[in-house]
Amino acid sequence: MKPSSFTYHAPDSAEEVVSLLADYGEDAKVIAGGQSLVPMLALRLAVFGHLVDVRRVAGLRGAARFNGSVRVGAATTQAAVGNDAEIAAAVPLLARATPLIGHFQIRNRGTIGGSLAHADAAAEYPAVALALDARLETLSPRGARTIPAGEFFTGVWTTALAADELLTGVAFPARRERTGFAIEEFARRRGDFAIAGAAVAVEVDAGQRVRSGGIALFGLGPTPLRAAAAEAAVAGSAVADLAAEEVGDAAMEALESVPSDLHADAGYRKRVGAAMVAAAWRRATQEAING
Amino acid sequence: MADSDVDIEIRVNGAGRRASVPARLTLADFLRERCRLTGTHLGCEHGVCGACTVLLDGQAVRACLVFAVQADGAEVTTIEAIAAPDGGLSPVQAAFREHHGLQCGFCTPGFVITATAFLRDNPDPTDEQIRDALSGNLCRCTGYQGILKAVRAAAGPAPAESASAPANER
Repeated sequence: MKPSSFTYHAPDSAEEVVSLLADYGEDAKVIAGGQSLVPMLALRLAVFGHLVDVRRVAGLRGAARFNGSVRVGAATTQAAVGNDAEIAAAVPLLARATPLIGHFQIRNRGTIGGSLAHADAAAEYPAVALALDARLETLSPRGARTIPAGEFFTGVWTTALAADELLTGVAFPARRERTGFAIEEFARRRGDFAIAGAAVAVEVDAGQRVRSGGIALFGLGPTPLRAAAAEAAVAGSAVADLAAEEVGDAAMEALESVPSDLHADAGYRKRVGAAMVAAAWRRATQEAING
Repeated sequence: MADSDVDIEIRVNGAGRRASVPARLTLADFLRERCRLTGTHLGCEHGVCGACTVLLDGQAVRACLVFAVQADGAEVTTIEAIAAPDGGLSPVQAAFREHHGLQCGFCTPGFVITATAFLRDNPDPTDEQIRDALSGNLCRCTGYQGILKAVRAAAGPAPAESASAPANER
């Protein structure tokens, strides 16, 4: 239960971080809050010769509004995200997801960038990023780029980040009129990873028809997923004509590779997932209509 | 693989501690083995049980999930500094004793640190908030009811609207 030996680096700039990542390649890993990485190191599920800590890097913390979006620095702790008034007002789904992550002691260390880069399929922030079409900002020796959330999660604990690429921030679209947001999950105990969960972001028009509905699922596949078929099915429909349970069932229809384990087989997990989608859909549409 | 020691300085319970440590040494092991502060207990060593909870720059964290090198320059408070200098129990400690919030005592340092930080930031919690705050610490003896009672007592009476509400287990 002790990590294997590694060399520790704590550079002052993002440029130095990616330079070190480039030097050491797959033998190096970024560490921020360490709340996912350190357990993996302690259990020797992961072994790295070099850890590059971002704690001294300026500009990776805090939230700021830019035009129509809110940019959150990758090393912003989950506790800071949860306490940020700007985020609560402009990106309510992110604020509402935060208390569901682990426990408050975990959120005091864990970061938003760490959660996204770790990319656990049952975690909350990756699903929130998907539901909101967030844009992930990165830096590598080749320069900065932006990756849409829909292209970021590529496999089990795997992302579009190159080995020498650092996640520097995430831009979330700020809330508009007639939008509603909800996240629902079912976990065996408070703070556990969810058996299944759903994050919903919905926008309606003046006639209470669905303009767009983002439905992201977590715990229901090898990565967080968008329920694309269900989203297409609800677009243009009057909210009053859509039964939440049917939206939930539709979101489960196309799922492949639903995880099955000791606590929940795939069939049960899909029933839970449908119920979570239905509950989130109901709350999000109510908010979009009633404000 | 090279594992050259790193020089660090951490302020522990008010006293500066300089040391040269391997990068893989956790803060929990640093406190126990280098500082001889063995009140910080290690249960699972991978962030599940909460027994190793300490205050890092005032915030409750799991000391098994922080490397000592990451705490360089920081201030750490352990269970040894929770009682008054004359040995008088803190309100949380006194409430744990009064309400049978411990049995074997292994998990108690983590619970006391957790409850201390929680009540500092939430001086008027509902019962539901107390349950949520304690959910990251495991106890195998008490069945938790004594711990809940202790934290409730340390906090003072519940806010009126929550006092009679049933526990809302998720």
